[in-house]
Amino acid sequence: MGENMVLRMENVTMQFGGVVAVNNLSLDVPEGQIVALIGPNGAGKTTAFNCITGVYQPTNGRVEFLGEPMVCSHPTGKMKKNYLGSDGEKFAKERIVNPTPDHVVELGIARTFQNIRLWKSMTVFENVLVAKHMRAKQNVFSAIFRTNAKEEARMREETMALLREQGLDQYKDEIATSLPYGLQRRLEIARALATDPKLLLLDEPAAGMNPQETQELAEYIKEIRDKHHLTVFLIEHHMDLVMRISDYIYVIDFGSEIARGVPKEVQQNKRVIEAYLGVAEDA
Amino acid sequence: MEQLISAEYLVSILLSGISLGGQLALIAIGYTMVYGILRLINFAHGDVFMVAGLLGIYVSAAVPIYIAIPIVIVLTVALGFFIERAAYKPLRSAPRMSVMISAIGVSYLLENTATYVTGGQPMTYPTISFLTKTVNIVGTSTKLVVIITPILVLVLIALLTQLINHTKIGMAMRAVSKDFETSRLMGIKINTVISMTFVIGSALAVVGSILYFTTYPAITPTAGAMPGLKAFVAAVFGGIGSIPGAVIGAFIIGICETIIKGLPSAWNVSVFSDAFTFALLIFILIFKPTGLFGEKATDKV
Amino acid sequence: MLKQKTNHQGSFAAVIAIAVLLGLIVLLENLSDLIPGLPAIFAPTSQLFTVLKKGAVYSLLAVSMNLLNGFTGLFSLGQAGFMLLGAYTYAILTVPMAAKDQVYYLYGGSAVKFSLMDLFQGIFGNAGFGGGVSLILAVLVGLILAGLVAALFAALIGMPVLRLKSDYLAIATLGFAEILRAIFQWQTLGPITNGANMIKNFPTFSDFNIKNASGEVVLRLSTFVPFLVSIVCITLIVLLIHSSYGRAFKAIRDDEVAAEAMGISLFKHKMLSFVISSFFAGVGGGLFAMYVANAQAKAFTSTMTYEILLIVVIGGIGSISGSVIGTFLYVACSEWWLRFLDRETYIGSFKVPLLRSGFRMVVFSVVIMIIVLFFSKGIMGEKELSWKGIGGLLQKLKRKKPAPAAEKED
Repeated sequence: MGENMVLRMENVTMQFGGVVAVNNLSLDVPEGQIVALIGPNGAGKTTAFNCITGVYQPTNGRVEFLGEPMVCSHPTGKMKKNYLGSDGEKFAKERIVNPTPDHVVELGIARTFQNIRLWKSMTVFENVLVAKHMRAKQNVFSAIFRTNAKEEARMREETMALLREQGLDQYKDEIATSLPYGLQRRLEIARALATDPKLLLLDEPAAGMNPQETQELAEYIKEIRDKHHLTVFLIEHHMDLVMRISDYIYVIDFGSEIARGVPKEVQQNKRVIEAYLGVAEDA
Repeated sequence: MEQLISAEYLVSILLSGISLGGQLALIAIGYTMVYGILRLINFAHGDVFMVAGLLGIYVSAAVPIYIAIPIVIVLTVALGFFIERAAYKPLRSAPRMSVMISAIGVSYLLENTATYVTGGQPMTYPTISFLTKTVNIVGTSTKLVVIITPILVLVLIALLTQLINHTKIGMAMRAVSKDFETSRLMGIKINTVISMTFVIGSALAVVGSILYFTTYPAITPTAGAMPGLKAFVAAVFGGIGSIPGAVIGAFIIGICETIIKGLPSAWNVSVFSDAFTFALLIFILIFKPTGLFGEKATDKV
Repeated sequence: MLKQKTNHQGSFAAVIAIAVLLGLIVLLENLSDLIPGLPAIFAPTSQLFTVLKKGAVYSLLAVSMNLLNGFTGLFSLGQAGFMLLGAYTYAILTVPMAAKDQVYYLYGGSAVKFSLMDLFQGIFGNAGFGGGVSLILAVLVGLILAGLVAALFAALIGMPVLRLKSDYLAIATLGFAEILRAIFQWQTLGPITNGANMIKNFPTFSDFNIKNASGEVVLRLSTFVPFLVSIVCITLIVLLIHSSYGRAFKAIRDDEVAAEAMGISLFKHKMLSFVISSFFAGVGGGLFAMYVANAQAKAFTSTMTYEILLIVVIGGIGSISGSVIGTFLYVACSEWWLRFLDRETYIGSFKVPLLRSGFRMVVFSVVIMIIVLFFSKGIMGEKELSWKGIGGLLQKLKRKKPAPAAEKED
């Protein structure tokens, strides 16, 4: 495994009005590794994801993907005065780059959602097929007049191959949302894989799963990482899963990093136990 | 050209603009309150306004006008209440598009029923002698309704604001418009609040219809559609959900429209008096979608 | 591989079905000339043909609206505006030069010193076979330009408008349609638009009836033409919906956030859907002008948009065959089957209550409200009519009782 950084977040801050949801977060995701971002509920994990994927424009900070700046922002306008985070001047001279989510996917970052978001009127097959649309070589005229038949056939074949690989081929003609929960999660990952990503972002992939399923999921994530030459960055609640598969872990609470390290280090970190496990005990 | 310079002409245009604005304001409140609570563009509201006008004609044919007015108010309020219960309540959990389609359907139904009842003929609104009395103001003679409208509007708004800010039902309304689901969980009787909104909106529409049709006496089945849409634009302009916003928006639209209509006929621009309203709407939607006084809505991802 | 083959068979069957349908339409319209003494319903002036022509035109309008509202989930109410653009473009460009002075007499002639009719007649002649070619080309080019003008306008307003959320989008597109209506009635543009007056004397459906040397009609094609144009356009829309782009549209409708997160550019695809839908609304507007034989801005009110929207709802939002079936039902009811509701009727000396002018529309709107409230999926829901579906339905019917089932093609 090389030490090339696939993803690098620098001083990313996301402020909504007077609330700082993510505060000065910096982290690195090296190529081929599985890196986790953990933290108690409402710690700002999903917000951090949304800053990477273009759903939000961060208030401040930069995100690099494969060594190229992908997102860059600094406080402007009213926010300049009201900015509560740090390093507000660091990127002030840089051009603001704010890609749309689809552009981020095109660059090679795919994601899944915490609350599964499959297209409800479509079959399993179609759900994956649509994700192939972005990289298809066609235009609207070739699509209408079917001169893209070869491309369409290739998309269908690749989709089928992907479904077979994920063990979903037997469900291909069922409506996606009628599948059992675990399979829906798997389908969401298959759909993300269909966009040919280099980096896969998983938003609480084990949410709602029992220990048995979680264990299977852990194996599964490793498997797809190897097979598709992926780098994986995940948000998770299940300590179990995180400790089992992560190469490196970042812990945040109230938007700020409180610890980082390999699973062993994090497990023994006092602040993590206080913030994270302490909360878990209360709950 | 000479016309335009005359001070009397200016005053009379301004006066009728304010008066039209006041009438639109009374309709706009119905829109803005319903939108604030249900997030629904109640396309049928303009037609409720038209029906109120027709009821005014039919009821006053049977009884003296001063007895007719309360009857019309009761009937229209009942209509508004019934529309909400029959056409919107069953769709409470349906997608927003379905409710809007239902509203368009109600509008269609009211217009077609009006065509059937009136035979499609324009109807003449009864003269309310008190309102049509001529008075002199700044050297311009004008109907009393023109003077009364803005005053009446302000009084009604003041009452409504009192109701919303200082009564229990008003507080419930504010809560529901802030957060529908949470209010429901907190035990607010959502359906009562919504019905109340339609009742208030319809009652104000009746007052609006009396003032409006006293000024523009012919009522056709589609007479409500345009004032309705304009009132909605006024509500958007002022910031949807905001009552003062809707009123100010309505006055601005009323005045601008009257000015455009009053421009020299050689310019041929009076055809744009309606289009102007929509141009204003699009301008607002693009540059300040929250309107003058609207609150910023954030979408959750 | 197997799937591919059945697909080909399916499209082959569809082409055959369309050809048969078009043949039947031609036959039906000429039936009264071939076999004298048929009931009045087969006469070329009967309501049957009014319904068929109007149904063909409205089908296209409904399907184009469904592409946007039903398949892409964009609630637009601009249909009448795009139709207006199409109708006027077609009318202005095809009124023959010789007729212009008469049409634009209030403005001392037209400012558009050009006519597609004259252009093609100059090349192919204006009589006999050459005249036919000129007519076909003029109408064809006129309709395509009608679509293009509407599409161009959609592209212009799409930039700002498509960023708006559901109901704001609806009201903004409605606003644009109203603004267009005012502009086209503006006196100052009179030399082009004929102001608030109608433009007429351009080629209409009845011009396609083939006449012999002495001016007698030998072959009626006035119903065939709108069917042909409408079927071609709807086929294109169906092909689009079943393509990769159509799937992307549906993804946007189902879940915008997920669509964007799978690399589908929202703006690009919404714009595509908006522009394509408007193109066909423009063509539909041109057809509408041909159907009513005039173009006048005051016809294209928001009521017209609502009417088409309600047809889409009746047929099923998100179903092409639903829109087509819904259209023909709606048109047949309003133009023909429910006409009796508008007539005062006596049975003996007893006057049937309620029946008088306007009652038809009241009944109609009540039915629509019932559909909206209780059958919100419409006739077809999101399903499409298919051979398999019809087969299954027929078998079901057979088991219960043999019943005639005449259905339209998909």
